Amino acid sequence: MRYDLEFAAPLVYWQDMLAGAWTTLGLSLTATVLGFSLGVACAIARTGRSPAAARAAGAYVEAIRNTPLLVQIFIVYFGLASVGIKLGAFTAATVALVVNVGAYTAEIIRAGIESVPRSQREAAECLALSRWQLLRHVVLPPAIERVWPALTSQYVLLMLASSITSQISAEELTAVANRVQSDTFRSVETYLIVAAFYLALSLVLRVLFWAVGSVVFTRRRRLGIPL
Amino acid sequence: MISLTPEQFLFLLRGFGWTIVLSLLAFAGGGALGFVLALTRVYAPRPVRTLAMLYIKLIQGTPLLILLFLTYFGLPALGLVVEPISAAAIGLSTYVSAYLGEIWRGSLEAVPRTQEEAAACLALNWRQRLVHVILPQAVKIATPPTVGFMVQIVKNTSLASAIGFVEMARAAQMVNNATFRPLIVFMLVAALYFTLCYPLSAWSQRLERSFDVARR
Repeated sequence: MRYDLEFAAPLVYWQDMLAGAWTTLGLSLTATVLGFSLGVACAIARTGRSPAAARAAGAYVEAIRNTPLLVQIFIVYFGLASVGIKLGAFTAATVALVVNVGAYTAEIIRAGIESVPRSQREAAECLALSRWQLLRHVVLPPAIERVWPALTSQYVLLMLASSITSQISAEELTAVANRVQSDTFRSVETYLIVAAFYLALSLVLRVLFWAVGSVVFTRRRRLGIPL
Repeated sequence: MISLTPEQFLFLLRGFGWTIVLSLLAFAGGGALGFVLALTRVYAPRPVRTLAMLYIKLIQGTPLLILLFLTYFGLPALGLVVEPISAAAIGLSTYVSAYLGEIWRGSLEAVPRTQEEAAACLALNWRQRLVHVILPQAVKIATPPTVGFMVQIVKNTSLASAIGFVEMARAAQMVNNATFRPLIVFMLVAALYFTLCYPLSAWSQRLERSFDVARR
Protein backbone atom coordinates (compact mmCIF):
# COMPACT_ATOMS: atom_id res chain seq x y z
CA MET A 1 0.00 0.00 0.00
CA ARG A 2 1.17 3.50 -0.71
CA TYR A 3 1.30 6.01 2.04
CA ASP A 4 1.67 9.70 1.31
CA LEU A 5 3.63 11.61 3.86
CA GLU A 6 1.89 14.83 4.73
CA PHE A 7 3.97 17.07 6.93
CA ALA A 8 1.83 20.22 6.70
CA ALA A 9 -0.61 19.30 9.46
CA PRO A 10 1.88 18.52 12.22
CA LEU A 11 4.15 21.37 11.12
CA VAL A 12 1.38 23.81 12.10
CA TYR A 13 2.42 22.97 15.67
CA TRP A 14 6.07 23.85 15.13
CA GLN A 15 5.99 26.45 17.90
CA ASP A 16 4.75 23.88 20.41
CA MET A 17 7.47 21.51 19.28
CA LEU A 18 10.11 24.17 19.61
CA ALA A 19 8.88 24.90 23.13
CA GLY A 20 8.98 21.16 23.84
CA ALA A 21 12.54 20.93 22.54
CA TRP A 22 13.45 23.87 24.76
CA THR A 23 11.92 22.10 27.76
CA THR A 24 13.80 18.90 26.88
CA LEU A 25 17.04 20.86 26.69
CA GLY A 26 16.38 22.59 30.02
CA LEU A 27 15.37 19.33 31.69
CA SER A 28 18.47 17.53 30.41
CA LEU A 29 20.87 20.32 31.33
CA THR A 30 19.42 20.59 34.84
CA ALA A 31 19.69 16.83 35.25
CA THR A 32 23.21 16.90 33.81
CA VAL A 33 24.50 19.54 36.24
CA LEU A 34 22.83 18.04 39.33
CA GLY A 35 23.60 14.47 38.24
CA PHE A 36 27.21 15.38 37.67
CA SER A 37 27.52 16.74 41.21
CA LEU A 38 25.81 13.69 42.65
CA GLY A 39 28.00 11.42 40.55
CA VAL A 40 31.23 13.09 41.63
CA ALA A 41 30.18 12.83 45.28
CA CYS A 42 29.37 9.12 44.89
CA ALA A 43 32.59 8.42 43.00
CA ILE A 44 34.55 10.06 45.83
CA ALA A 45 32.61 8.02 48.37
CA ARG A 46 33.23 4.83 46.41
CA THR A 47 36.97 5.35 46.20
CA GLY A 48 37.29 6.93 49.63
CA ARG A 49 38.36 5.68 53.03
CA SER A 50 35.05 4.92 54.69
CA PRO A 51 33.94 1.37 53.83
CA ALA A 52 30.35 2.13 54.84
CA ALA A 53 30.12 5.11 52.49
CA ALA A 54 31.78 3.11 49.71
CA ARG A 55 29.29 0.30 50.15
CA ALA A 56 26.30 2.66 50.24
CA ALA A 57 27.46 4.42 47.06
CA GLY A 58 28.08 1.04 45.42
CA ALA A 59 24.60 -0.20 46.29
CA TYR A 60 23.06 3.00 44.91
CA VAL A 61 24.98 2.70 41.66
CA GLU A 62 24.11 -0.97 41.15
CA ALA A 63 20.45 -0.51 42.06
CA ILE A 64 20.02 2.32 39.57
CA ARG A 65 22.05 0.83 36.76
CA ASN A 66 20.17 -2.46 36.87
CA THR A 67 16.60 -1.15 36.81
CA PRO A 68 14.78 0.65 33.99
CA LEU A 69 14.47 4.43 34.07
CA LEU A 70 10.75 4.10 33.37
CA VAL A 71 10.22 2.19 36.61
CA GLN A 72 12.40 4.70 38.49
CA ILE A 73 10.25 7.52 37.15
CA PHE A 74 7.08 5.70 38.24
CA ILE A 75 8.52 5.15 41.73
CA VAL A 76 9.39 8.83 42.10
CA TYR A 77 6.12 10.13 40.65
CA PHE A 78 3.48 7.61 41.77
CA GLY A 79 5.34 5.81 44.55
CA LEU A 80 6.42 8.88 46.50
CA ALA A 81 2.99 10.47 46.02
CA SER A 82 1.40 7.44 47.69
CA VAL A 83 3.46 8.02 50.83
CA GLY A 84 2.63 11.72 50.91
CA ILE A 85 5.53 13.25 48.98
CA LYS A 86 3.66 14.80 46.07
CA LEU A 87 5.89 16.12 43.30
CA GLY A 88 4.72 17.80 40.12
CA ALA A 89 5.34 15.88 36.90
CA PHE A 90 8.24 18.11 35.94
CA THR A 91 9.91 17.99 39.36
CA ALA A 92 9.46 14.22 39.53
CA ALA A 93 10.98 13.90 36.06
CA THR A 94 13.98 16.00 37.08
CA VAL A 95 14.50 14.07 40.32
CA ALA A 96 14.30 10.71 38.55
CA LEU A 97 16.71 11.79 35.81
CA VAL A 98 19.19 13.20 38.34
CA VAL A 99 19.12 10.04 40.44
CA ASN A 100 19.49 7.95 37.30
CA VAL A 101 22.32 9.81 35.63
CA GLY A 102 24.11 10.32 38.96
CA ALA A 103 24.73 6.57 39.14
CA TYR A 104 26.16 6.39 35.62
CA THR A 105 28.30 9.48 36.23
CA ALA A 106 29.62 7.96 39.45
CA GLU A 107 30.73 4.84 37.62
CA ILE A 108 32.42 6.79 34.81
CA ILE A 109 34.22 9.17 37.17
CA ARG A 110 35.31 6.30 39.38
CA ALA A 111 37.04 4.82 36.34
CA GLY A 112 38.69 8.21 35.81
CA ILE A 113 39.83 8.43 39.43
CA GLU A 114 41.27 4.93 39.26
CA SER A 115 43.23 5.86 36.15
CA VAL A 116 45.19 8.55 38.03
CA PRO A 117 48.58 6.98 38.86
CA ARG A 118 49.17 6.20 42.51
CA SER A 119 52.49 8.07 42.39
CA GLN A 120 50.62 11.33 41.79
CA ARG A 121 48.66 10.89 45.00
CA GLU A 122 51.80 9.95 46.87
CA ALA A 123 53.60 13.02 45.56
CA ALA A 124 50.67 15.19 46.68
CA GLU A 125 50.74 13.56 50.11
CA CYS A 126 54.45 14.29 50.37
CA LEU A 127 53.61 17.95 49.76
CA ALA A 128 51.30 17.72 52.78
CA LEU A 129 48.14 18.46 50.82
CA SER A 130 45.02 17.69 52.79
CA ARG A 131 42.63 15.01 51.53
CA TRP A 132 40.34 17.61 49.95
CA GLN A 133 43.18 19.58 48.39
CA LEU A 134 44.46 16.34 46.95
CA LEU A 135 41.09 15.51 45.43
CA ARG A 136 40.42 19.02 44.22
CA HIS A 137 43.82 19.77 42.67
CA VAL A 138 45.50 16.45 41.91
CA VAL A 139 42.98 13.68 41.39
CA LEU A 140 39.72 15.08 40.04
CA PRO A 141 40.90 17.40 37.24
CA PRO A 142 42.82 14.75 35.26
CA ALA A 143 40.25 12.09 36.16
CA ILE A 144 37.34 14.11 34.77
CA GLU A 145 39.34 15.29 31.78
CA ARG A 146 40.11 11.72 30.93
CA VAL A 147 36.50 10.51 31.00
CA TRP A 148 35.03 13.67 29.46
CA PRO A 149 34.20 11.92 26.13
CA ALA A 150 32.42 9.13 28.02
CA LEU A 151 30.54 11.69 30.10
CA THR A 152 29.50 13.53 26.93
CA SER A 153 28.02 10.34 25.48
CA GLN A 154 26.27 9.60 28.74
CA TYR A 155 24.66 13.05 28.88
CA VAL A 156 23.53 12.84 25.25
CA LEU A 157 21.94 9.49 26.15
CA LEU A 158 20.33 11.21 29.13
CA MET A 159 18.81 13.84 26.84
CA LEU A 160 17.39 11.09 24.64
CA ALA A 161 16.17 9.21 27.70
CA SER A 162 14.37 12.31 28.96
CA SER A 163 11.76 11.42 26.32
CA ILE A 164 10.64 8.71 28.75
CA THR A 165 9.37 11.36 31.14
CA SER A 166 6.52 11.92 28.67
CA GLN A 167 5.02 8.82 30.30
CA ILE A 168 4.19 10.85 33.39
CA SER A 169 3.05 13.74 31.19
CA ALA A 170 5.97 16.06 31.76
CA GLU A 171 5.44 18.47 28.84
CA GLU A 172 8.71 17.90 26.99
CA LEU A 173 9.26 17.19 23.31
CA THR A 174 7.88 13.65 23.18
CA ALA A 175 4.79 14.60 25.16
CA VAL A 176 4.19 17.45 22.72
CA ALA A 177 4.57 14.93 19.88
CA ASN A 178 2.02 12.61 21.48
CA ARG A 179 -0.44 15.50 21.70
CA VAL A 180 0.20 16.70 18.15
CA GLN A 181 -0.20 13.23 16.66
CA SER A 182 -3.51 12.70 18.43
CA ASP A 183 -4.68 16.12 17.19
CA THR A 184 -3.62 15.63 13.58
CA PHE A 185 -3.77 11.82 13.11
CA ARG A 186 -0.43 12.24 11.33
CA SER A 187 1.60 10.11 13.72
CA VAL A 188 4.42 8.99 11.40
CA GLU A 189 5.10 12.52 10.21
CA THR A 190 4.93 13.93 13.72
CA TYR A 191 7.43 11.44 15.10
CA LEU A 192 9.73 11.90 12.11
CA ILE A 193 9.79 15.65 12.75
CA VAL A 194 10.42 15.07 16.43
CA ALA A 195 13.19 12.58 15.63
CA ALA A 196 14.83 15.35 13.61
CA PHE A 197 14.49 17.66 16.62
CA TYR A 198 16.22 15.07 18.82
CA LEU A 199 19.02 14.62 16.30
CA ALA A 200 19.54 18.37 16.28
CA LEU A 201 19.49 18.45 20.08
CA SER A 202 22.08 15.70 20.36
CA LEU A 203 24.28 17.61 17.95
CA VAL A 204 23.84 20.81 19.99
CA LEU A 205 24.74 18.95 23.19
CA ARG A 206 27.85 17.38 21.65
CA VAL A 207 29.07 20.77 20.49
CA LEU A 208 28.24 22.26 23.88
CA PHE A 209 30.19 19.59 25.78
CA TRP A 210 33.09 19.87 23.37
CA ALA A 211 33.17 23.64 23.97
CA VAL A 212 32.94 23.26 27.76
CA GLY A 213 35.65 20.62 27.62
CA SER A 214 38.04 22.80 25.66
CA VAL A 215 37.45 25.75 28.00
CA VAL A 216 37.78 23.79 31.24
CA PHE A 217 40.58 21.44 30.26
CA THR A 218 43.03 23.89 28.80
CA ARG A 219 45.85 21.43 28.46
CA ARG A 220 43.77 19.39 26.01
CA ARG A 221 45.58 16.13 26.09
CA ARG A 222 44.56 13.75 23.39
CA LEU A 223 43.03 10.47 24.48
CA GLY A 224 45.49 7.66 24.87
CA ILE A 225 48.34 9.83 26.03
CA PRO A 226 49.44 8.86 29.52
CA LEU A 227 48.71 11.40 32.23
CA MET B 1 3.05 -9.75 49.29
CA ILE B 2 1.08 -7.33 51.33
CA SER B 3 -2.08 -6.25 49.50
CA LEU B 4 -1.27 -8.09 46.27
CA THR B 5 -3.46 -11.07 45.46
CA PRO B 6 -1.77 -14.20 44.09
CA GLU B 7 -3.44 -13.52 40.73
CA GLN B 8 -1.93 -10.06 40.55
CA PHE B 9 1.45 -11.43 41.47
CA LEU B 10 1.14 -14.08 38.76
CA PHE B 11 0.15 -11.37 36.31
CA LEU B 12 3.38 -9.53 37.09
CA LEU B 13 5.33 -12.75 36.64
CA ARG B 14 3.71 -13.27 33.25
CA GLY B 15 4.90 -9.76 32.36
CA PHE B 16 8.34 -10.81 33.60
CA GLY B 17 8.22 -13.70 31.12
CA TRP B 18 7.26 -11.39 28.27
CA THR B 19 10.09 -9.04 29.20
CA ILE B 20 12.50 -11.96 28.77
CA VAL B 21 10.90 -13.00 25.46
CA LEU B 22 11.04 -9.45 24.12
CA SER B 23 14.67 -9.05 25.23
CA LEU B 24 15.62 -12.26 23.41
CA LEU B 25 13.77 -11.19 20.26
CA ALA B 26 15.45 -7.78 20.32
CA PHE B 27 18.86 -9.34 20.89
CA ALA B 28 18.40 -11.87 18.10
CA GLY B 29 17.02 -9.38 15.60
CA GLY B 30 19.34 -6.56 16.58
CA GLY B 31 22.30 -8.93 16.74
CA ALA B 32 21.72 -10.26 13.23
CA LEU B 33 21.33 -6.79 11.76
CA GLY B 34 24.15 -5.41 13.90
CA PHE B 35 26.51 -8.11 12.68
CA VAL B 36 25.79 -7.19 9.07
CA LEU B 37 26.27 -3.52 9.95
CA ALA B 38 29.61 -4.20 11.64
CA LEU B 39 30.89 -6.18 8.64
CA THR B 40 29.62 -3.45 6.32
CA ARG B 41 31.36 -0.75 8.27
CA VAL B 42 34.68 -2.57 8.16
CA TYR B 43 34.75 -4.33 4.79
CA ALA B 44 32.20 -2.74 2.43
CA PRO B 45 33.13 -0.19 -0.25
CA ARG B 46 33.17 3.41 0.94
CA PRO B 47 29.68 4.59 -0.14
CA VAL B 48 28.00 1.61 1.55
CA ARG B 49 30.18 2.11 4.59
CA THR B 50 29.08 5.73 4.83
CA LEU B 51 25.46 4.67 4.50
CA ALA B 52 25.85 2.20 7.38
CA MET B 53 27.51 4.90 9.47
CA LEU B 54 24.67 7.31 8.72
CA TYR B 55 22.12 4.69 9.78
CA ILE B 56 23.95 4.14 13.05
CA LYS B 57 24.22 7.88 13.77
CA LEU B 58 20.55 8.41 12.97
CA ILE B 59 19.35 5.61 15.23
CA GLN B 60 21.73 6.55 18.05
CA GLY B 61 20.56 10.16 17.87
CA THR B 62 16.88 9.29 18.20
CA PRO B 63 15.23 8.24 21.46
CA LEU B 64 14.10 4.62 21.58
CA LEU B 65 10.62 5.78 22.52
CA ILE B 66 10.34 7.70 19.22
CA LEU B 67 11.65 4.66 17.30
CA LEU B 68 8.97 2.53 18.94
CA PHE B 69 6.25 5.04 18.06
CA LEU B 70 7.54 5.18 14.49
CA THR B 71 7.38 1.40 14.06
CA TYR B 72 4.06 1.13 15.87
CA PHE B 73 2.37 3.83 13.78
CA GLY B 74 4.57 3.64 10.69
CA LEU B 75 4.24 -0.04 9.77
CA PRO B 76 0.40 0.05 9.71
CA ALA B 77 0.64 3.20 7.57
CA LEU B 78 2.57 1.07 5.07
CA GLY B 79 -0.29 -1.40 5.14
CA LEU B 80 1.31 -4.00 7.41
CA VAL B 81 -0.72 -5.39 10.27
CA VAL B 82 1.42 -5.31 13.41
CA GLU B 83 0.71 -6.57 16.88
CA PRO B 84 2.27 -4.55 19.68
CA ILE B 85 4.80 -7.35 20.24
CA SER B 86 6.04 -7.33 16.64
CA ALA B 87 6.17 -3.54 16.58
CA ALA B 88 8.11 -3.60 19.86
CA ALA B 89 10.45 -6.33 18.62
CA ILE B 90 11.13 -4.50 15.36
CA GLY B 91 11.64 -1.12 17.03
CA LEU B 92 13.93 -2.58 19.68
CA SER B 93 15.86 -4.59 17.08
CA THR B 94 16.50 -1.44 15.08
CA TYR B 95 17.74 0.30 18.20
CA VAL B 96 19.89 -2.65 19.29
CA SER B 97 21.39 -3.13 15.83
CA ALA B 98 22.85 0.39 15.83
CA TYR B 99 24.59 -0.10 19.19
CA LEU B 100 25.73 -3.70 18.68
CA GLY B 101 26.88 -2.79 15.16
CA GLU B 102 29.10 -0.12 16.64
CA ILE B 103 30.39 -2.34 19.46
CA TRP B 104 31.20 -5.15 17.07
CA ARG B 105 32.81 -2.85 14.53
CA GLY B 106 35.19 -1.76 17.28
CA SER B 107 35.90 -5.39 18.14
CA LEU B 108 36.63 -6.28 14.52
CA GLU B 109 38.97 -3.33 14.24
CA ALA B 110 40.68 -4.20 17.51
CA VAL B 111 42.01 -7.43 16.06
CA PRO B 112 45.59 -6.59 15.03
CA ARG B 113 45.92 -5.92 11.32
CA THR B 114 48.92 -8.21 11.08
CA GLN B 115 46.64 -11.15 11.82
CA GLU B 116 44.66 -10.55 8.67
CA GLU B 117 47.83 -9.92 6.67
CA ALA B 118 49.34 -13.18 7.89
CA ALA B 119 46.15 -15.01 6.96
CA ALA B 120 46.22 -13.40 3.53
CA CYS B 121 49.82 -14.56 3.10
CA LEU B 122 48.62 -18.10 3.78
CA ALA B 123 46.30 -17.66 0.78
CA LEU B 124 43.12 -17.79 2.84
CA ASN B 125 40.25 -16.11 1.04
CA TRP B 126 38.17 -13.37 2.67
CA ARG B 127 35.57 -15.75 4.10
CA GLN B 128 38.22 -18.06 5.54
CA ARG B 129 40.15 -15.14 7.01
CA LEU B 130 36.98 -13.86 8.64
CA VAL B 131 35.72 -17.17 9.99
CA HIS B 132 38.99 -18.74 11.10
CA VAL B 133 41.19 -15.79 12.01
CA ILE B 134 39.34 -12.52 12.65
CA LEU B 135 36.04 -13.59 14.19
CA PRO B 136 37.40 -15.95 16.87
CA GLN B 137 39.56 -13.11 18.22
CA ALA B 138 36.93 -10.43 17.73
CA VAL B 139 34.29 -12.46 19.57
CA LYS B 140 36.50 -12.60 22.61
CA ILE B 141 36.99 -8.84 22.59
CA ALA B 142 33.29 -8.25 21.95
CA THR B 143 31.87 -10.47 24.67
CA PRO B 144 32.16 -8.21 27.75
CA PRO B 145 30.62 -5.10 26.15
CA THR B 146 27.94 -7.21 24.46
CA VAL B 147 26.89 -8.76 27.74
CA GLY B 148 26.93 -5.27 29.25
CA PHE B 149 24.66 -4.04 26.50
CA MET B 150 22.21 -6.89 27.17
CA VAL B 151 21.45 -5.08 30.43
CA GLN B 152 20.41 -2.05 28.38
CA ILE B 153 18.21 -4.25 26.20
CA VAL B 154 16.40 -5.78 29.18
CA LYS B 155 15.83 -2.36 30.74
CA ASN B 156 14.73 -0.77 27.49
CA THR B 157 12.05 -3.39 26.85
CA SER B 158 10.14 -1.50 29.55
CA LEU B 159 9.47 1.21 26.94
CA ALA B 160 7.37 -1.26 24.95
CA SER B 161 4.73 -0.52 27.58
CA ALA B 162 4.22 2.85 25.84
CA ILE B 163 2.88 1.15 22.72
CA GLY B 164 0.60 -1.10 24.70
CA PHE B 165 2.61 -4.31 24.87
CA VAL B 166 1.99 -5.97 28.24
CA GLU B 167 5.48 -6.71 29.49
CA MET B 168 6.51 -6.21 33.08
CA ALA B 169 6.31 -2.40 33.27
CA ARG B 170 2.86 -2.35 31.63
CA ALA B 171 1.72 -5.21 33.86
CA ALA B 172 2.88 -3.18 36.84
CA GLN B 173 0.91 -0.15 35.67
CA MET B 174 -2.21 -2.30 35.32
CA VAL B 175 -1.79 -3.92 38.73
CA ASN B 176 -1.18 -0.47 40.20
CA ASN B 177 -4.38 0.81 38.62
CA ALA B 178 -6.24 -1.99 40.36
CA THR B 179 -4.55 -1.80 43.75
CA PHE B 180 -3.39 1.82 44.14
CA ARG B 181 -0.20 0.58 45.76
CA PRO B 182 2.36 2.19 43.45
CA LEU B 183 5.29 2.04 45.83
CA ILE B 184 4.95 -1.68 46.50
CA VAL B 185 4.12 -2.62 42.92
CA PHE B 186 6.86 -0.60 41.24
CA MET B 187 9.46 -1.51 43.87
CA LEU B 188 8.61 -5.16 43.36
CA VAL B 189 8.92 -4.78 39.60
CA ALA B 190 12.21 -2.90 40.00
CA ALA B 191 13.47 -5.82 42.08
CA LEU B 192 12.39 -8.26 39.37
CA TYR B 193 14.26 -6.25 36.74
CA PHE B 194 17.25 -6.21 39.08
CA THR B 195 17.27 -10.02 39.28
CA LEU B 196 17.49 -10.09 35.48
CA CYS B 197 20.04 -7.33 35.03
CA TYR B 198 22.40 -7.69 37.95
CA PRO B 199 23.73 -11.15 37.00
CA LEU B 200 24.35 -9.85 33.47
CA SER B 201 26.20 -6.78 34.80
CA ALA B 202 28.29 -8.88 37.16
CA TRP B 203 29.06 -11.37 34.40
CA SER B 204 30.11 -8.58 32.07
CA GLN B 205 32.40 -7.11 34.71
CA ARG B 206 33.97 -10.49 35.41
CA LEU B 207 34.56 -11.08 31.70
CA GLU B 208 36.13 -7.66 31.41
CA ARG B 209 38.50 -8.32 34.27
CA SER B 210 39.53 -11.76 33.02
CA PHE B 211 40.09 -10.30 29.57
CA ASP B 212 42.31 -7.59 31.04
CA VAL B 213 44.32 -10.19 32.91
CA ALA B 214 44.67 -12.28 29.76
CA ARG B 215 46.02 -9.30 27.89
CA ARG B 216 48.59 -8.30 30.43
